[in-house]
Amino acid sequence: MSDFRVIRFAIIVCLACSVVLSAAAIGLRDRQDANLIFDQRRNILKSVGLFEDGMGEAEVNAIYGERMVGLVLRPDGTVLEGRVPSDIDEAKESELLALYQRLDDGKVGAYSFPVSGKGLWSTLYGYFALEADLNTVAGITFYQHGETPGLGGEIDKPWFQHNFVGKKILDEAGDVVSVTVVKGTAADQHSDPKDLSHYVDGISGATITSRGVTKLVKMGLERYEPYFGTLRSGAGRTT
Amino acid sequence: MSTTQAPAKSSFSLASLVKLDKKSKAALSDPMSENNPITVQVLGICSALAVTVQMQTAVVMSLAVIAVLSASNVTISLMRNHIPSQIRIIVQLSVIASLVIVADQVLRAFMYDVSKQLSVFVGLIITNCIIMGRAEAFAMANPPGKSFLDGLGNGIGYGIILCTVAFGRELFGSGTLFGAPVVPQFLYDIGYVNMGLMVVPPGAFILLGLIIWGQRTMTGYAEDH
Repeated sequence: MSDFRVIRFAIIVCLACSVVLSAAAIGLRDRQDANLIFDQRRNILKSVGLFEDGMGEAEVNAIYGERMVGLVLRPDGTVLEGRVPSDIDEAKESELLALYQRLDDGKVGAYSFPVSGKGLWSTLYGYFALEADLNTVAGITFYQHGETPGLGGEIDKPWFQHNFVGKKILDEAGDVVSVTVVKGTAADQHSDPKDLSHYVDGISGATITSRGVTKLVKMGLERYEPYFGTLRSGAGRTT
Repeated sequence: MSTTQAPAKSSFSLASLVKLDKKSKAALSDPMSENNPITVQVLGICSALAVTVQMQTAVVMSLAVIAVLSASNVTISLMRNHIPSQIRIIVQLSVIASLVIVADQVLRAFMYDVSKQLSVFVGLIITNCIIMGRAEAFAMANPPGKSFLDGLGNGIGYGIILCTVAFGRELFGSGTLFGAPVVPQFLYDIGYVNMGLMVVPPGAFILLGLIIWGQRTMTGYAEDH
């Protein structure tokens, strides 16, 4: 077969493939974007305790719209007025922080923010939420990770995430000590209830993933502490 | 690719439900048992290990492979008389890659949660030797109808093994099927524990090995030394 015919055939195949791919990408984009938003909202709702199993997309969007208000913060903890988290340009404004507030009868009942950090095999992505006292943990969720199912993958599971609810991030002096995932059972190692409120049970066989969770929660709290600090001291409270 | 096979002793009879001539029937039913791409030709092992922790992911993965394999076989068979032999592999790969990306996009749009769990493994269907193998060995030399049946048969053959492995791994590893608990609570109460080995890849190897052993004993297939 002549070179010309070979090249002509190759070009036709390339064109046909690119038309098919472009059509699929464009035709399905809206649906895919809607899925991403749904997944994000579902996880935010989960972290602040508003999500129940079996909720569909419409329900999640409705509750989210009704109860959640997003804020954009500068790294120094001041609020960037007039912005919402969804319009943060990750490429250019990665220093900006997204914060989601749960409104209970017009007052902020909980704060949720994205957290991420390394596990064993992968980066873990999730949301961490605090009650209005900015001390009690409202919840934690993970929506993306590549940990071993049954081991590190257990961070997905309700039993692990439930352990965080009600824990405290502040010590008696009011300093941020965060919540630490221990190796084994927390209650065996910290008998003092005050002490125990800073520790949760680890996942057996997933020490490095557990450590990763400890670290990413701590890092997340440190990034948001400038804003939370001003709220705790009563100054700069926004409604 | 080996095409010489031991004579059939037992035959999977799904094909007999449909009226087909003998050769088409063979194209469809052979890969389900005596010429199974996974257990006999031992192809496509990588994904068979990765997506078989749960039934749901295994079923979706199987359907994706069946769709891609049938479509790629038909497409390549339609083009077979025009494909210049110098560039036939890259042409096959372009067709397969395009189909896989479309399958991945469709999953992302309509089965978001499952596609998240399957993550890169949908994309890796491109590198699944079964698909390239069938394109090169069958679709390049046979008409579209027969190629479609061959793709369907090989896809189902792959899917049967995938789902069997996933069935064992989810049942013994997590005590659930399709996410629903099936191991009764009283068994856990008297000391039954889920088998951690099953959720990690070696568990798939062991199950797959047992399946291959069982099937080769049944069909009398043996490797030539």
